[in-house]
Formats: sequence, C-alpha cells, structure tokens
Amino acid sequence: MTDRATGASHADGGRVRVLPFVELVMLGVLLVTPFALTSRPELITLVTNVLILSILAISFDLCWGYSGIMSFGQALFFGVPGYVIALVGRDLEFSHIWGTLPLAMLVGLVLALAVASFLLMGRKTPTPIFVALGTLTGAYAAERLVSGWQYVGAGNGLSAIKLLQAGSFELVEGIEFYFLAFACLLVVYLASRFLMRSQMGLVLAGMRQNEERLAFLGYRVQLYKAMVFAFAGMIAGLAGALYSYHQGFIGPGNMGPGLSTMAVIYCLFGGAGTLIGPVIGTAAIEILSYVLADIDVVKRFWPVILGLVLLLVVAFQPGGLLGMFVTKRERISSYGWRARDGRPES
Amino acid sequence: MALLEVESVSKSFGALQALEGVDLSVKAGTFHGLIGPNGSGKSTLLKAIAGAHFPSTGKITFAGLDVTTAPPYERARAGLSLKFQITAVLPELSVYDNVLLALQAGQRLWALVRSRTRRAVHADVMHSLERFRLAKRADDLAGALSHGEQQWLEIAMALAREPKLLLLDEPTAGMSHQERRATGELLMPIKETCALLIVEHDLDFIKDICDITTVLDQGRVVASGPTRQVQDNERVREAYLG
Repeated sequence: MTDRATGASHADGGRVRVLPFVELVMLGVLLVTPFALTSRPELITLVTNVLILSILAISFDLCWGYSGIMSFGQALFFGVPGYVIALVGRDLEFSHIWGTLPLAMLVGLVLALAVASFLLMGRKTPTPIFVALGTLTGAYAAERLVSGWQYVGAGNGLSAIKLLQAGSFELVEGIEFYFLAFACLLVVYLASRFLMRSQMGLVLAGMRQNEERLAFLGYRVQLYKAMVFAFAGMIAGLAGALYSYHQGFIGPGNMGPGLSTMAVIYCLFGGAGTLIGPVIGTAAIEILSYVLADIDVVKRFWPVILGLVLLLVVAFQPGGLLGMFVTKRERISSYGWRARDGRPES
Repeated sequence: MALLEVESVSKSFGALQALEGVDLSVKAGTFHGLIGPNGSGKSTLLKAIAGAHFPSTGKITFAGLDVTTAPPYERARAGLSLKFQITAVLPELSVYDNVLLALQAGQRLWALVRSRTRRAVHADVMHSLERFRLAKRADDLAGALSHGEQQWLEIAMALAREPKLLLLDEPTAGMSHQERRATGELLMPIKETCALLIVEHDLDFIKDICDITTVLDQGRVVASGPTRQVQDNERVREAYLG
C-alpha cells in the first residue's frame, strides 16, 4: 500500500479504517432521528440533550484522549458560561444567538486559559494526578461558591432563563433546537477532527507518549497543552450555553464534580481519542439512563452502576466501546490530513 | 571560542553531591567523550547541559548564550540536541512520524495546523531514514523496531534538525558488536557539521571516534585531553580499576 516513489501512504499502513465509517453512520442516524421522533417530543428533548452533552464529552476527549491532560473538572467550563448567559438574559435582557453563544465560548476560553496558566504552564511538567486534582478542586470550589451565592440563585440555581433568540425567532426545545445543537456539534466535531488530524495532532500524540522527548526536540509542550485546554474550554462553554437555553435552567450541579465525572465516563465508555467515541458514549449512557429511570431499584443505584461501568471499562476495555472495532494504531496513528507527498488522503 | 562552556558547575540532590565544580569545554567539529565509573556524574552533567535539571551553582554557555536555566526547548532551538540513555522513541507512532516530529519542531503553530510541514519535509524525512538504514521500516511502529534500530532512530531524530551539538548518553548500550561498529560508522560523517559529547562505558568505542575525552569521578573532573593521552593517565586507570 505504500508508494515509495512518492512516499504516499496511509499512516495506518493501508489497513481498513473503521472510524470514517462509524462517523458516517452516526451522521446519518443523527440526521434521521428527529424525523423519526416527531410524535415523541420528550424523546427529541432527550436526544437534543445528548447532542449538547456530547460537545462536553468531546471537550474532555481533546484534553485526555488526545493530549494526556486529565481534566477532572471539565464541567467548570460548561457551568460558568451557562451561568453567564443566564445572567446576561436576566439582568441585561439579552439572549441573541450571535451575541450569547460567542460570549459563552469566550468565557470558557478565558477561564480555561486562567486554569491552564496555574496548572499547566509551570516550569516543571505537572503530573496527571496534579492536573486531575487541580481541575477537580476548581470545579468543586465553583460548585460550592454558587451554592451559597444568592445573586446567582444559590442552591436553587437560575431558572426561567430567557429564550435564545435568532432575529425575531425564539428557539424553544423541539426540532429547531435539535438542529441548532446538531449544527453546533457538527462544527465542533469537524474543527476538532481537523485539528487532531493535522500535524498539530501529531505533536499532541507525541506529547501524550513522552512529553520530555518532545521538549528536547524543541517543542514548547506547556504552550501546546494550554492551547488545547483553552480550545476544549471554549467548546465546553458553547455546550454550557446551549444547555442553559435548552433546559431553561442552570444549577450548581452543572459545574461540579458530578457532571465532570459524567464527561469522563461518556468519553471513556465510548472510546477516548476517537472524537466519535464520546458521542456514542454519551448517547449510550443517557439513553440507557432514560430507559432505566422508571425502574426504581435501578434508579436508586444508578450512580453506583455508572461507577462500576467506569471501573470495568478502565480495567478491561480501556479503548471503550469503539476499542472493540478500532485498532489502537488507527486511533493513534491517523495523522496528516494530506498524504506525505501532499495529495489529499483518500 | 568553544561551542559549549561548562564553568564550575555543581549539582546536589539533597545530601548527595552529584557534581562538584565541573569545567568542560567542547569545540565545534570535535567528538568529545565523557567517561567515568558508575555514579561519577556523567549523566547528571549531560542532563544539566540539556536542561533536564538545572545546576545548583555554575554557568553553562552554548553558542554564546547563557543557557544555565533555559528550558530544554530553548536549548534545542539554539542547536543543542539530546539522545537519552534509555531509548525514548515514540513507540505508538510510525518510524516516519517520529522523524517527522523531530524535523518540524520549531515550526510555527499555524503551519502545523495547516499541515504544511508534512509536505515540505517529506524528502528530508526519507533522507534521514535512509541515512540510518530505516527507510524500509518507515511505516512500522517505532515500538516494533529492535533495540539497536530504536537507538538509530533516536539518533536520527536527534540529528534531524542539524544541531550544532549532539549529546549522546550511552548510544551503544545494549547493542551487538556489529551494531556498535555500524553506529560509529553512522556518526563519523556528521563531524563536519556537528560536535558530539558522548557518555559511554565502551572505552574502545570512545577511543575509535572521540578526539577529546574528559574523565569524571565522584562528580569531579579527574582528567581531560586528547583521548589516547587520557586513557593512559594513571589517575584514570585508578578511577576505573579502583
């Protein structure tokens, strides 16, 4: 499969690639889903929620699956922007889509940069445990802070959030909001895919395997980490804003360790380092959670069941669901959106 | 003026004095050996020069720049390159991508995002792989190479950006006799463009390729000079043979 004259070759050595097929199937499923569920509006609300949480899961995948940054407080960058747009709606009576969604992304980006400058930008390479505990502490502290702050609704959070406006049109939950969330997920997915399959993605893959080696080659590793972390914070911010508008509510739990852990579970369950895996993981867990919610015993023990799922995945299937079909080589070595001689890869 | 100047460098780890007032000078175009018994501070000195840790006291100047406390990436960009003692190739990436990563270090981020570098450096990657007899294994994972091939790959990565000085920490460790000889043959042609500072236990290897040798014992320099002269030195024999 390798053409030595031009050097053109697939990075995975010409093996059959599964991920593009999975991506196409998911794209088809997500396009058809709302039309198949027109008689069940509550299910459209559920799948819209899945799409929004998928964006959060992708943001975690960028950190952990691609860059080796164990962000155990990813919900911080989801919840804070969610609160910000809720407050902007309440206090400034502004909820225009072209203003608030970029604002939420900016808040996520700036907040992630601030956290990165503290946790990732030191002279010495921080350990994954340090970063995990640092981000977890940040999310926990933020959750406790808003829980006791009356201005932001304290433990009750902010409800009756002003509806998202596009011109004179107000977006309520339903098929319109589904397609807004779908469009956002698609843009986030394609942008992330482009970045991770670029030569920058190759740098991140090298960094995840041996940071020290990359530094001695001349890469400013901390800067790359901070940039990916900030990008992930930005897209988590977008998800937080969509969530606030879609649910009409944002509370302390949406920025704390609980949701942060869910982001980890979505990603690891579906398959870290694949981008599509976290989408599949989010869908599987949220739909399973919905289906099993009526069974009292399951409902009571649901957090325990999720914990066990995470434990089993980490212990026996670290590649997640997709790991059963996608080789490690395809996940890790699919870099370069062009073949080596510059021609687009087929 | 020397390419690398190490002046009165000391390094301690708690109560352990790993280096004590070490002076070392490496000139451009020379192969400089650094030998000494186990625990003499050779690797510590190499790491201090590379930036893996900073000296407790003293000064390190490279190509006219004071790099005593500069981070590794700044030293690498100034033309200092390192091959680790323990092989540090990226095992889950292809052999090709390992060298590509080394070659595109220092590129602007935007160029990396647009993947412009891949096309621009393809010929250089293949040339580098051919030079180190790895071209046929370009698509294999680096982790699948033999130990000797991994050492060559790492040297290829370290030399990819044509550094002014290459630091080699035990390049022939674990190699067969044939591989050692081949390594010497592969290194000799770079002499015109790059100086070498080699830590090595194999004295025959040092004798074959190094012009100058410095001997460390218990963190201090005990001898330094032309290789053959140093190896005949009485203090060196004492340090090695006890």
